Amino acid sequence: MFLKELSEARGVSSREQEVRDLIREYIKPHVDEVFTDSLGNLYGVKGKEKKGPKVMLAAHMDEVGLMITSIEKNGLLRFLPVGGIDPRVLVSKPVFIGKEKVAGVIGAKAIHLQKPEERTQVLGFDDLYIDIGASDEDEAKKLVKIGDVATFTTVFGKLGDLCVGKAFDDRAGCTALVELTKLEFNCPVYFVFTVQEEVGLRGAGPAAYRVNPDFCLVLEGTTASDVAGTDEEGYSTTLGEGPAVSVMDRSVIAHPKVVGRLFRLAEENGIPLQNKRTITGGTDAGVIALSREGVPTATVAVPCRYIHSPVTVMNQSDLEHMIKLTELFVHDIAEKGVEN
Amino acid sequence: MKELLQRLTQAYGPSGSEDKVREIIKAELPGYETKTDALGNLIVEKKGSKNKIMFSAHMDEIGIIVTHIDKEGFLRFDFVGGVNPFHLPGERVEFKNGTLGVIGLEKLDKISDLTKANLYIDIGAENKEEAMKLVRVGDFASFTSPFIDLGNKVVSKAMDNRSACAVLIKLMQELPETQNHIVAVFTVQEEVGLRGARTAAFGVDPDYGIALDVTATGDTPKAMTMEVGLGKGAAIKVKDNSLLTHPYVKDKLIELAEQNNIPYQMEVLEFGGTDAGVIHLSRSGVPSGVISIPCRYLHGRSEMLDTRDLEAALALAKAFAKADLK
Repeated sequence: MFLKELSEARGVSSREQEVRDLIREYIKPHVDEVFTDSLGNLYGVKGKEKKGPKVMLAAHMDEVGLMITSIEKNGLLRFLPVGGIDPRVLVSKPVFIGKEKVAGVIGAKAIHLQKPEERTQVLGFDDLYIDIGASDEDEAKKLVKIGDVATFTTVFGKLGDLCVGKAFDDRAGCTALVELTKLEFNCPVYFVFTVQEEVGLRGAGPAAYRVNPDFCLVLEGTTASDVAGTDEEGYSTTLGEGPAVSVMDRSVIAHPKVVGRLFRLAEENGIPLQNKRTITGGTDAGVIALSREGVPTATVAVPCRYIHSPVTVMNQSDLEHMIKLTELFVHDIAEKGVEN
Repeated sequence: MKELLQRLTQAYGPSGSEDKVREIIKAELPGYETKTDALGNLIVEKKGSKNKIMFSAHMDEIGIIVTHIDKEGFLRFDFVGGVNPFHLPGERVEFKNGTLGVIGLEKLDKISDLTKANLYIDIGAENKEEAMKLVRVGDFASFTSPFIDLGNKVVSKAMDNRSACAVLIKLMQELPETQNHIVAVFTVQEEVGLRGARTAAFGVDPDYGIALDVTATGDTPKAMTMEVGLGKGAAIKVKDNSLLTHPYVKDKLIELAEQNNIPYQMEVLEFGGTDAGVIHLSRSGVPSGVISIPCRYLHGRSEMLDTRDLEAALALAKAFAKADLK
């Protein structure tokens, strides 16, 4: 699996090229056709001529990040988030900026210099800046342009049975999709790697319009809240208990037959599967389901702690189970159709 | 109309689970070939040679979804559509399989602390295991509340929007041959963001769109300022947060109401939206409007309307269906 490589690749919304190039190389040997559309969505097509329902499997390539909005006279960079980032996770984090991977750190006033009341304040984006070691504005401008984006520098690693890295939302889904291209199915399958999910599900709509599928499954990395500070009834998903299926979130109500079928297949094959128990957030499924005359759609996701921060933590077995379940599900659809 | 209204409003149908409502409607329209699309919209057509008019009425109602079942068998939940948590303590819910439950409230210091996190559903189970035989996480439920007949006024849950479903059923039952091509769409998932109407409009590709839906009123003690009131006729929408009614459609509706002596009132709604909000933006744009049914206590368990307004809405819909449109 390419989880490490995909996690470490940089792909803030609209700048997904590095991720796209990697995925294109990985899937090329396994699919009949590879192409990119005008927004940057990447498609791998397999078995186009086969009979049976046209299945679309989707995962988004982009991750949350930062965009440089101005360069100060002293050479420090101001920025705003691209996608949903909690400013509290940013202070003191190293970042890479732009294509040239300029190194920087996110700075703020040191504790010694803060007044007592400042120490109790949460630092907002206005209080933070990126320091790239430039001595003034001119020197900074040689390295960075306004509009460049920054990503976290997190290196993939292991924490016991769990793994840690950046952007498992949604490189976990991308990894699963890459693995699935290696399999053979008795129906046409479109593997779609979408852009700009984190800024409002923008790539997936045009992609679904183009593919015009009979059915779609979205593979995601989703919130796990099985941690301190949350009562059990507030848990969204739990690591190690299998992938999570969303019955409903802010963007979509999953097709009821699809959810029942996923649980049945999981049970018959001894694959753990959990409900996502909160209805927050949205995924590409929200726009895919509403494409053209409507598409039966559902989302299955790997539970990830601390998403939208520099470190996400997940259990690789949940990813492996998601791949297996998706495989079984597509076989089931190829055999019995969408409506059964 | 009242009998049909009672059956429709009492049916179970939170957003995404409209099957039972759909079956009632299908049974009411035996003369038609009906089609159910990928999202569950029910589409009923009466062919004609002139303009294609799409009438829509949403089948879904607000409800709840189970998010957690605790050791003692109590259920935690979140909302499906716009639910006011202050309406909920003491209310009853019904699951698709018929399981009933009541909504309880944790002890609070101040009632203003109430949020959905303090509420739970008690289905009478002794423990988690027993509860899970009846209900699973991810199951939907609707609220329950009996239908009451107060003369001209009637009260029930889900008047929003089964009352408009009743009007649209009657329209298709009573519609004479028309030049226009009439497509009635009973839509899904309106309450969670006008979702069914979006895909239905793409499929139907109409020349005109008319949504039938309930609207708020300003005719109760210390109500917000709003002209619309019960018993004053069908409401012709001018705007809400999803739509500025197409001027041609609005003027045509007024003209038809005047010509046919149909009681009507103008509606300017400062919030909310209807299926027309997405129908008018479908493909390259569809001139659209809304015939509204005034309704008190919206999104509560006792929504009240006046059946004379329903008759007026039906008469106006019929007139528009038959109209010679440009």
